Amino acid sequence: MNSATATEVTYLEAISQALDEEMTRDERVFLMGEDIGAYGGAFKITEGFIEKYGEWRVLDTPLSESGFVGAAIGAAMMGLRPVVEMQFADFISCAFDQITEVAAKNHYRWGAPVPMVIRAPFGGGVHGGPFHSECPEGWFFHSPGLKLVAPSTPYDAKGLLKAAIRDPNPVIYFEHKFLYRRIKEVLPREDYIVPIGKAAIRRQGNDLSVITYGAMVHLALEAAQQLAAEDIDVEVVDLRSLMPLDKETIYGSVRKTGKAIMVHEDNKTGGIGAELAALLAEDCFDSLDGPILRVAAPDTPVPFSTPLEEFFLPKTSDIVAAARKLAAY
Amino acid sequence: MDRVDAANEIKRAEWLQMYYYLRLTRSLEDRIAALYRQGRIVGGCYTSHGMEAIAVGYASALERDDVIAPFHRDMGAFLIRGITPGEVLAQYLGKRTGPTKGKDGNVHMGDLKRGIIGFVSHLADNLPVAAGAALAFKIRGERRVVFTGTGDGGTSRGDFHEAMNFASVRKLPVVFFCNNNQYAYSTPIRLQMTIANVVDRAKAYGMPGEIVDGNDVAAVFLAAKRAIARARAGEGPTFLEFKTMRMHGHSEHDAAKYVPRELLEEWKKKDPILRAEQRLRELGYADEAHFHDVGLRVQKEIDVGLEFAEQSPLPEGREVLEGVFANPDEVEP
Repeated sequence: MNSATATEVTYLEAISQALDEEMTRDERVFLMGEDIGAYGGAFKITEGFIEKYGEWRVLDTPLSESGFVGAAIGAAMMGLRPVVEMQFADFISCAFDQITEVAAKNHYRWGAPVPMVIRAPFGGGVHGGPFHSECPEGWFFHSPGLKLVAPSTPYDAKGLLKAAIRDPNPVIYFEHKFLYRRIKEVLPREDYIVPIGKAAIRRQGNDLSVITYGAMVHLALEAAQQLAAEDIDVEVVDLRSLMPLDKETIYGSVRKTGKAIMVHEDNKTGGIGAELAALLAEDCFDSLDGPILRVAAPDTPVPFSTPLEEFFLPKTSDIVAAARKLAAY
Repeated sequence: MDRVDAANEIKRAEWLQMYYYLRLTRSLEDRIAALYRQGRIVGGCYTSHGMEAIAVGYASALERDDVIAPFHRDMGAFLIRGITPGEVLAQYLGKRTGPTKGKDGNVHMGDLKRGIIGFVSHLADNLPVAAGAALAFKIRGERRVVFTGTGDGGTSRGDFHEAMNFASVRKLPVVFFCNNNQYAYSTPIRLQMTIANVVDRAKAYGMPGEIVDGNDVAAVFLAAKRAIARARAGEGPTFLEFKTMRMHGHSEHDAAKYVPRELLEEWKKKDPILRAEQRLRELGYADEAHFHDVGLRVQKEIDVGLEFAEQSPLPEGREVLEGVFANPDEVEP
């Protein structure tokens, strides 16, 4: 790549680029959601899209999540490639039935593929309070027939969204709002995808594995850097895909380090960390040199007031503390 | 509407075909109910007994490339779209040759190649899906239409309203119907809504609606034709309320003691097959010999189908693990 012309792209711009390029590449791709047209979406991901692609490829919908997710399912079965935007991931609960009972089960029940994507801006740290900060991935993790991805970098944000759009199954794409404008990187000029189902090792280490996804990847990397000063060598595994899980990479890391900490921003109980802990206990028990630990949000709604939200969200210091505890084994 | 004139708009061949499917539906579901009582069919057993004219009428009004997202009392529509009695029976028996290969039972079946969106038990869930299929046709500029509906109870669901509203806002080529059979399982319509007619719900969405005699196959056919023509012309969705009566329980296990006997006696006189026969006689299109002959033909077809279904293999237990996800080669690249 010519570095003179390379510009850094934010996580948000990477999502926007993926949508734009896929819509240009494949005329079956179209968008539905609330305020995505003239307004360009609550976070401006689709700014300018309606002018470029017209109102039948960028559909402003009524305030009706179940209705437009259902409509996306129907359009997908008829051969289109809908990408629907939840204005906030929290509102996905309104469409829960369509996602879990219709989209997730159609292929299994009667062989009808449902190639669609639901973009779900999730996560806290943005003063959103109980209805604009949720991490609802756990609900769908337990629902067979859905693929779930959660990128942590602009590169993955773009590549995973393209892979999701090209996938023949319903994919929920969890994009972390906190990362939208906070991280940047130079992206390849050529078309690329990040395959669904492949984790990434963000930092190599030998003493323990921190397994995480989304915004928490960056906290895990900060923690790893601090811990390096204490001679604790941390490996950071970024799941990228929550369903299917890349067991090979996860197990490979834990078999090497013998110790695992699961980190997620979702509530602790019944979260993805709990499932990972169970998998490691079942399949990697012989390699474990210590307890499997979890760093996660408490089992409360996401609070609004700054000190409450700061207490609620997992912090770098929480990961550091858990790592010190585990390293002592 | 003048029913005599309306009936005259239906060609003899169309009349005879609809009559055939009324009889096939009734006999097939009677056989299914008998197999259920014998314990040979397990699970849910929802029939359209006494309501056959709705599915037969609307499915006969559609063209081959159109799509349906049927209600669970629409057996006639499955048959008209090409699902054979053998496949239906295989589905009920949980055989691998049924449209869902044993993954789902009874009327929970679909097949995109035959333009059937698979039924979902959560009533009205398929109405937004049908609107979305119609959206695809509109985006691509195709002249295809989607026909979908639910029961009186299903119109209380939010998805019914979300679908009606979205389809109306975008003028989508979809027709919505309500099979108003007066009971949602055991709940009578007076505990379901306060409006006099379900069709009144359409007004909230600026959508034209029509009350149709659901036990008159000709009336259903012609109302469906009008609504389909309107949708195909790009004028948007229509809502049709087919008034009828559920003559059996919700499922065959349900004796429906909560339904007054007098109500059933009254509706028995309005049986859609008897009424179709009366019209066919009046029109000079068919006589007793024809009715008798059709009876023999449908029984034969069902016998052949049952033999096929019974001889078909059951799925292997481990097939439960197949098909959770679609493979890339199952969709257009």
